[in-house]
Amino acid sequence: MAVVDSDDFVKALQDLGFDFFTGVPDTILGGIIEVLSDRRLYTPSVREDEAVAMAAGAFLGGKIPVVLMQNSGLGNALNVLMSLHLIYRIPCLLIISWRGFEGKDAPEHLVMGQTMPQLMETVRIPYRTLSSETLVDDLQWTAQTFMEQRIPVALFLKKGVVKTIQP
Amino acid sequence: MQSRAQAIHALFDILADQPVIVCNGFPSREAQKIRDRAGTFYMIGSMGVAASIGLGLALAKPDQQVVVFDGDGNVLMGMGTLATIGAVRPKNLTHVVFDNEVYGTTGNQPSYSRVVRLDQVAKAAGYATVERVWEREDIMYEFKHMLANDGPHFLLIKVNEQIEDADRVALDPAEITKRFRAAVEQGRTSNS
Repeated sequence: MAVVDSDDFVKALQDLGFDFFTGVPDTILGGIIEVLSDRRLYTPSVREDEAVAMAAGAFLGGKIPVVLMQNSGLGNALNVLMSLHLIYRIPCLLIISWRGFEGKDAPEHLVMGQTMPQLMETVRIPYRTLSSETLVDDLQWTAQTFMEQRIPVALFLKKGVVKTIQP
Repeated sequence: MQSRAQAIHALFDILADQPVIVCNGFPSREAQKIRDRAGTFYMIGSMGVAASIGLGLALAKPDQQVVVFDGDGNVLMGMGTLATIGAVRPKNLTHVVFDNEVYGTTGNQPSYSRVVRLDQVAKAAGYATVERVWEREDIMYEFKHMLANDGPHFLLIKVNEQIEDADRVALDPAEITKRFRAAVEQGRTSNS
């Protein structure tokens, strides 16, 4: 399976109109964040609930926002997603690194790694898991769902799909 | 000491077209009752992130002065955001905090702001201007000064625990988004 270049991935997001980027880092997201930072497109957040709220503010100001986070941070962000974005109809793209995928990770990642898809279904946030083969289609689906439903949409990113910097 | 509603009155006497994000609970209810405007974003949930929403808006609209109406319980819940604002330093953000030292919406349980000086936290975090005020004239003087100068600014207003008899936010949340977004886009936020 081909590894997607971080630069190409960011460009694909920009081509779809995404123009505001924030988040909290993870090793899987390192390459993307590096590219975004180099281009001065990225405003770091200190917590994931802050990140999604900042994205909401950016949307209110006419931007099309993306939030990057490790899936552990999804827990931090959930209340804001449920009591701000989902009820106020404020969309954002969540790019969530899938730590604990198939149980192969450190213990702290295993419960979230296993239950993340069910969690998203429970809170009714549409999601897809990115792969290099379906990347174009996944991103188009994301933008379309985002604009039509005006709610957060998630892309799960497993290790090795988008190139990252070596830790 | 003034009530929060009196302080909101004083701020609205100065505000023109600036967009305002109001934190959840009674602050939003009071702001709606005192002066409903298209350029006010009333939060009804997501406690603790009013300043984060304000920061995102300030970054998206660098040519507009963004104002946040916050509370001490809210700031304590999202205190990390003071660091983000202090580091990012948006010039166009004024963060007003009504500090009544209690969780007023849920029955006046004491908050830590009676022992922790939130204005000093904001100062240490790197806000450009930090003021702590009690009286109407001081509120108006400092707020006017902040809106006219580069921020980020932090205005801590010490208020009493009195709550205005104000209804829940009447608008549907999705309607608030639509109305606020249109007002910000047009740069006209003062009438609904």
